[in-house]
Amino acid sequence: MIKLVNVHKSFANQTVLNGLNLSIPAGKTTAVIGPSGEGKSVMLKHMIGLLEPDQGDVFVDDRSIVGLRRSQLNTVREKFAMVFQNAALFDSMTVYENVAFPLEEKTNLGPDEVRVRVATALQEVGLRNVDHKYPDELSGGMKKRVGLARALLLEPCIVLFDEPTTGLDPVIRRSIHQLIKETQQKFGFTAVIVSHDIPDIFEVAHYVAMLYHGEILQFGTPEEIQASEHPVVRQFISGSLDGPINSGVV
Amino acid sequence: MTVFIRAIGRWAINLLQELGKTGMFLVYSLYSIVWHPGRPVHVLKQVSFIGAKSLFVIVLTAAFTGMVLGLQGYYTLTKFGSEGMLGTAVALSLIRELGPVLSALMVTGRAGSAITAEIGIMRISEQIDALETMALDPYKYLVSPKFIAAMISMPLLCAIFDVVGIYGGWLVGVKLLGVNPGAYFSEMYKSVEWQDVYSGFVKSFSFGIIIAWIGCYKGYYAGHGAEGVSRATTESVVLTSVLILVWDYVLTSILL
Repeated sequence: MIKLVNVHKSFANQTVLNGLNLSIPAGKTTAVIGPSGEGKSVMLKHMIGLLEPDQGDVFVDDRSIVGLRRSQLNTVREKFAMVFQNAALFDSMTVYENVAFPLEEKTNLGPDEVRVRVATALQEVGLRNVDHKYPDELSGGMKKRVGLARALLLEPCIVLFDEPTTGLDPVIRRSIHQLIKETQQKFGFTAVIVSHDIPDIFEVAHYVAMLYHGEILQFGTPEEIQASEHPVVRQFISGSLDGPINSGVV
Repeated sequence: MTVFIRAIGRWAINLLQELGKTGMFLVYSLYSIVWHPGRPVHVLKQVSFIGAKSLFVIVLTAAFTGMVLGLQGYYTLTKFGSEGMLGTAVALSLIRELGPVLSALMVTGRAGSAITAEIGIMRISEQIDALETMALDPYKYLVSPKFIAAMISMPLLCAIFDVVGIYGGWLVGVKLLGVNPGAYFSEMYKSVEWQDVYSGFVKSFSFGIIIAWIGCYKGYYAGHGAEGVSRATTESVVLTSVLILVWDYVLTSILL
């Protein structure tokens, strides 16, 4: 469904993606893991056309999205939803307005129907009595849930999650993972999750890709990745300080 | 030596790229105004923010500008024994030049900086990316309403500036310095022509475009973090003010 072919991307003099190749299986959850600063979020932004590769191509449903006009890109983006690392809620809108926004802008539903759908979406992510609150009045976990509710409301075919659980406590982290797993099973969308949550992510994902130095080092099922003999993959999964990955901490 | 030449080359290329990006932003913004103007409620909100909420500062600036013009004009005109022309001097100075320019500079300081800060914060907190991922055009929601509102608000603010300024001049000239009240207004009616009013409005309309253009552009391409937004806001105010003065000269030379 999504395919990145030989994608290169640099910012100033720093190479972030260096000939990355990755195919995301349709209707499954694929987790992309890897050390911080290796370009996981950059890769995610290429999938939805927020960034364009310096070289290489990105295909969505066998159609290249590189070099498309804004209107053409928007047609492709109709299939997508994205949950951002910091939720990216509109800070001048209440929770209700945030979740209702895509419905009001992209459907012809009446106010009553919108109200019902927003209430259901918030209930599904476990939020109650927060409609009138502004994003800065919410905790990190609540913001991510609102972001998730907003993303899933239009029943997208593909959902991109950019570190959906970073900075959350273990209980909320697990509940968000559970929520992603349940909603993916319920709606059957293709999910791509960028995450550092080892080993939790292995319970959520059908496939795992390890990104290192701008390339996909290994791709496989969680079991295959956990059984990997590759020293980089082993070190990352075990969290060991000894190994080829330089943590940057002296 | 090579390093120096390379640095100049890099600077020139960056400058050209920046100019191209700024120009393309204006073209796409104007295109969006026509094809994706945004909801009327969003435009009204912006008219309230850019126009109505700038009213106090405009009235205050206009009153004192008119009063200073009254004083200075009286001082100069009495030397030639033609203080009866005070109304004409104040009105023409305000309508042709000071009204459009000063009201634009005031709105730049008050609303232009806020436009940049608002869009800049939306940029760094990924709210603009969120709009794009929803297949919604950020220009329609963020840029078009501000452009339309600035184009509506600036001529109106300029008109208010002119009227308040003329009465400021009248207060000083007629009430304080004893200029004949009949002469103040009758000379003004005789001398001010439609062409003068028209040129003032053309100026303020185009200044509205400049304020929205640079304010939105600098916010849309703000750098990273709080420092990036802060820098973008400063650059926005400085660049808009300079552009207003340069464009004022160009327009004056065309419309004169």
